[in-house]
Amino acid sequence: MSRRREREEFTSYYGRPILKEPTWEAADIAGYIFAGGVAAASSMLAAGAQYTGRPALERRAKLTALTAISVSAAALVHDLGRPERFLNMLRVAKPTSPMSMGSWILSVYGPLAGASAASNITGLFPAAGRACGLGAAVSGSAVATYTAVLLADTAVPTWHDAHEVLPFVFAGSAAAAGGGIATALAPVVEAGPARRMAVAGALLETVMSLRMERSGHLSTETLREGRGGTLMRLSKAFSIGGAVGLALGGHRSRTVSVVGGLAVAAGSALLRFGVFEAGKASTRDPKYVVVPQRERLNAAEAARREAAGIEVAA
Amino acid sequence: MSVTQLGMPAIGAPSEARKGFFTDTSLCIGCKACEVACKEWNSLPADGPLKLTGESFDNTSRLSADTWRHVAFIEKKVPAPASGGTEGIKWLMSSDVCKHCTNAACLDVCPTGALFRTEHGTVVVQQDICNGCGYCVSACPYGVIDQRPDDGRAFKCTMCYDRLGVGEEPACAKACPTQSIQYGELDELRERADARVAELHERGVDEARLYGRDPDGGVGGDGAFFLLLDEPETYGLPPDPVVTTRDLPAMWRRAAGAAAGLLAGAAVVFWGARK
Repeated sequence: MSRRREREEFTSYYGRPILKEPTWEAADIAGYIFAGGVAAASSMLAAGAQYTGRPALERRAKLTALTAISVSAAALVHDLGRPERFLNMLRVAKPTSPMSMGSWILSVYGPLAGASAASNITGLFPAAGRACGLGAAVSGSAVATYTAVLLADTAVPTWHDAHEVLPFVFAGSAAAAGGGIATALAPVVEAGPARRMAVAGALLETVMSLRMERSGHLSTETLREGRGGTLMRLSKAFSIGGAVGLALGGHRSRTVSVVGGLAVAAGSALLRFGVFEAGKASTRDPKYVVVPQRERLNAAEAARREAAGIEVAA
Repeated sequence: MSVTQLGMPAIGAPSEARKGFFTDTSLCIGCKACEVACKEWNSLPADGPLKLTGESFDNTSRLSADTWRHVAFIEKKVPAPASGGTEGIKWLMSSDVCKHCTNAACLDVCPTGALFRTEHGTVVVQQDICNGCGYCVSACPYGVIDQRPDDGRAFKCTMCYDRLGVGEEPACAKACPTQSIQYGELDELRERADARVAELHERGVDEARLYGRDPDGGVGGDGAFFLLLDEPETYGLPPDPVVTTRDLPAMWRRAAGAAAGLLAGAAVVFWGARK
């Protein structure tokens, strides 16, 4: 770390960025990732509720999942330069493209979540509806986590540098959001699992975010400073505040459940926007590209010299 | 000589030797003929109203969806010689272009298959397929490819795919008056570049170095590589770019672990809670 701090001087071409700033709109893509997390965790709660006799939680979670994934898909299509060509996403299946994989994951998850919600509302085909609900929970786990790979598999310094921890940040964030919203919507007597999911999710999200921010990469500056830093700090305040509230009073008070649940969900949304903005900021300043790459080159050069020196000595 | 057949060429199986650019910046005179020839041949729109940047003779500033060759101008201060005299200025000029990477991140992450590897070993966007998702823009470690906002799709250098198909060289190389931009078979260009660096070193130009030539580099070598007279970052090039998909297997494993953990956690919150 300290060595890095000293080496902030670097060369650039008139201070111009090397990378192109992501073309994505925050509302579309950070919103898409947040809504996908809400949908995925809601489907998991719905599946648990359908097997443990919690009809009110089940219905609310299934409707939340369907609403969230619809919003999510709309945001994704809206962000395309050519929305009418959305179906070109399904021309190929490419494991090297997280966006291609994500399109397929969504096209499995979306209908399952939709069918289980439809069955729940209409009362038709209850057994098939429950099976779809279980399928939505399992495929939902991919919806919640693939988005971390989507961001990390870019040249954007903040996102790529976080690739080891980001899936866990996003998994925690999804659990916090889905759990929080279900806690706010469901009657207190049925909301126990949702509340536990919200509290555990907020905890995981916070701990993993701190690990991400303190990984030692120069790019983590963007998670601690500027717009990204503000959003990340706000996120923690909402997540921790909401989680403490839910843990202390959620089982007794409907009001605490609503306020606490929504606070935790807001913390999750703020985190997605924070990570998004931090990534964008890291493409605007060439130092996040030049300094680490120059250090890597210099270290390799030093190692080569040392190896050559040892050979000469021997 | 090969003439491109109608229909799809054999994608993924190069039918001929890989083609490339060797841009020797020690020969560049900053005339921008390459920029103009590229714009003309490819019918690229203007970049907007003319603005003067005050950055030497460079008012183009960057590669973009509408600029596929960009000439950089650097006025480098040369300290006064020890024997006396005054401080001077040295010109560095370089024509930047898409690197047509061996391991191309834009191509890897493209979800529609619009980006593909041609029979010449170059990387090209099929404009009738691109849906403007913008993923390639964030994936490129060189910041080359970009979206045209009014059009929505992504654009970049095609190495004049239409010209190569009929055995012509790309417009920029054709227009270059000093052979700073050389087009040809990549293997031959690499040999030529090695010889040129050796020659310059012999002449005492110790700062000459090749950029993007090494097939062991982070992107597996560039199809368009350079001879530079200073550090890459001086020209606005990343010093040691790595294709982002190199870490993708690790990312998928991490995501799978997180997904499994999430499902297990969801089961645990219901544990012993059957009503």
